[in-house]
Amino acid sequence: MLSWTEFLAVKGPGILSATWEHLMLSLGAVLLGTLIAVPLGIILARHERGASVVLGIASTIQTIPSLAFFGFVLPFLGIGVVPAMTVLFLYSLLPILRNTYTGIREVNPAYLEAGIGMGMNRRQLLTWIQFPLAFPVIMSGIRVSTVYIISWATLSALIGAGGLGDPILAGIHTYDAKLIIAGALPAAILALLVSWLLGLVEYAVTPRGLRQR
Amino acid sequence: MLTFEHVAKVYAGNRVAVADFNLEVKAGEFIVLIGPSGCGKTTTLKMVNRLIEPTSGAIYLNGKDIREQNPVMLRRQIGYVIQQIALFPNMTIAQNVDVVPRLLGWPAERRRRRAWELLELVGMDPDVYAGRYPSELSGGQQQRIGVLRALAAEPPLILMDEPFGALDPITRENLQEELKGLQAKLHKTILFVTHDMDEALKLADRIVVMKDGNIVQVAAPEELLRHPANEFVASFIGKDRLGPGLELRSVEQVMIGEPVTVRPHTGIAEGVAIMRRKKVDTLLVTEESGRLLGAVSIEELNRNYQRAHQVQDLMARDVPAVFEGTPAREAFDLIIREKLEYLPVMDREGRLKGLVTRTSMVNALASVVWGDEAGA
Repeated sequence: MLSWTEFLAVKGPGILSATWEHLMLSLGAVLLGTLIAVPLGIILARHERGASVVLGIASTIQTIPSLAFFGFVLPFLGIGVVPAMTVLFLYSLLPILRNTYTGIREVNPAYLEAGIGMGMNRRQLLTWIQFPLAFPVIMSGIRVSTVYIISWATLSALIGAGGLGDPILAGIHTYDAKLIIAGALPAAILALLVSWLLGLVEYAVTPRGLRQR
Repeated sequence: MLTFEHVAKVYAGNRVAVADFNLEVKAGEFIVLIGPSGCGKTTTLKMVNRLIEPTSGAIYLNGKDIREQNPVMLRRQIGYVIQQIALFPNMTIAQNVDVVPRLLGWPAERRRRRAWELLELVGMDPDVYAGRYPSELSGGQQQRIGVLRALAAEPPLILMDEPFGALDPITRENLQEELKGLQAKLHKTILFVTHDMDEALKLADRIVVMKDGNIVQVAAPEELLRHPANEFVASFIGKDRLGPGLELRSVEQVMIGEPVTVRPHTGIAEGVAIMRRKKVDTLLVTEESGRLLGAVSIEELNRNYQRAHQVQDLMARDVPAVFEGTPAREAFDLIIREKLEYLPVMDREGRLKGLVTRTSMVNALASVVWGDEAGA
């Protein structure tokens, strides 16, 4: 058995690049998810009946066991980054979608009445009032999504997408606890770090009047 | 300026919110719509800026049917203040005041000048407050900004939906005073909804009393108090309002109607006898015509008993007096300030009509506090 020092000297660079891959894979999926889910959530906030259907579908996707899901896309998209990102993207949708929808819906109707009464059209109402006021809620959806996508992205190593799942799988196959830790620990740190950074971003872009902490 | 013609709003299931509303509002007029909840006052207000569309009838703003105008554009020309205040929490005070000018596309410099000017108008230092957020202001300050926000783009007409309803009584009164001051300065036409009669009496040029979607009475505050159209209006005015009750009363309503009088030639002894009989300590001296000449007190008569024969020799001639129609409060102030025991009330020809005494003052105050049965 190698000592930790020797282990890091041999595997360190590989772990580092796996961490980078992992980060890109996760963030790519969440970014894509945000780009789709936020506008969709805004649209749904205006169409109550459509909302229950779409949110139902998103919740159903969420219930598919992730291991199985990666298996499902294999026949259609093959192996590699694309199918992995597709699955992670689909998983990232629900929290963002739900938070956007609720965030917009729960804007105090008095603000809307004031806005409409002063002569805002729908677009102004959205960009001046609804979106800024829902922003903290949307942001927390994105954070939740990011944290668990980083965790689940380890599974994408199963379909050859790389990332920190690689050392974990290798560790499982060779009974090497160090390898498992070398994959799991960076993934956990990554999740915490990204969540913290997003928190900072959220704080920085939230107007002072909305900060309550 | 603003005309309602047979305006009605009926909701599904034949629930009538407003039945047949007709009103002609003159430019610069302060109209208060008042009534119990569900009387249709807010519905009426919201039909003006088309937040609610009438079922039938028409509303004309400056002669133009509002239905023929784009609702978004229409609303930008009408100020709007709501009870929940609803300053946008994500915007600074200056940005909040700025909303309608921004919607109208004013250049930045003009918008800034206007916001600064408005903040100064209500005595809020722009350098201190412009950059603050609504959550950093008290409720009263917030609604002050709510009013400024409605004034920003200089709309000729402002709609106010119970704007002070959520504020504590002291703040509410301050803001009412301020609004009255602003109105006097800016001459806006204001349509104001409230269920608070004190507020209505204080602010309105004309009060529109509504019940179950109908107008019950349209009248100036004074007129409404003196001649309520029916029992409903009378009960709505209520008997337990403190300030305005006294404020709006005139001396005729609190004075004693037939004071004890004597002629100038009345003898001293007879005068003393009259005082004793009527249990008064002062006699008012009048001519045959009723014209007030002066007054004489029991002390005066006792002291100078030997030196005079008729009351006119002893009476004080320049007795302070007030004319009919003087507000009761003014008379009371005079009595207190000059430490008077009594204050005669005359008509324009100088004829004695009555007498306000310290007792009538107490009675008037009591009637305001406990209702009219107790009073003068």
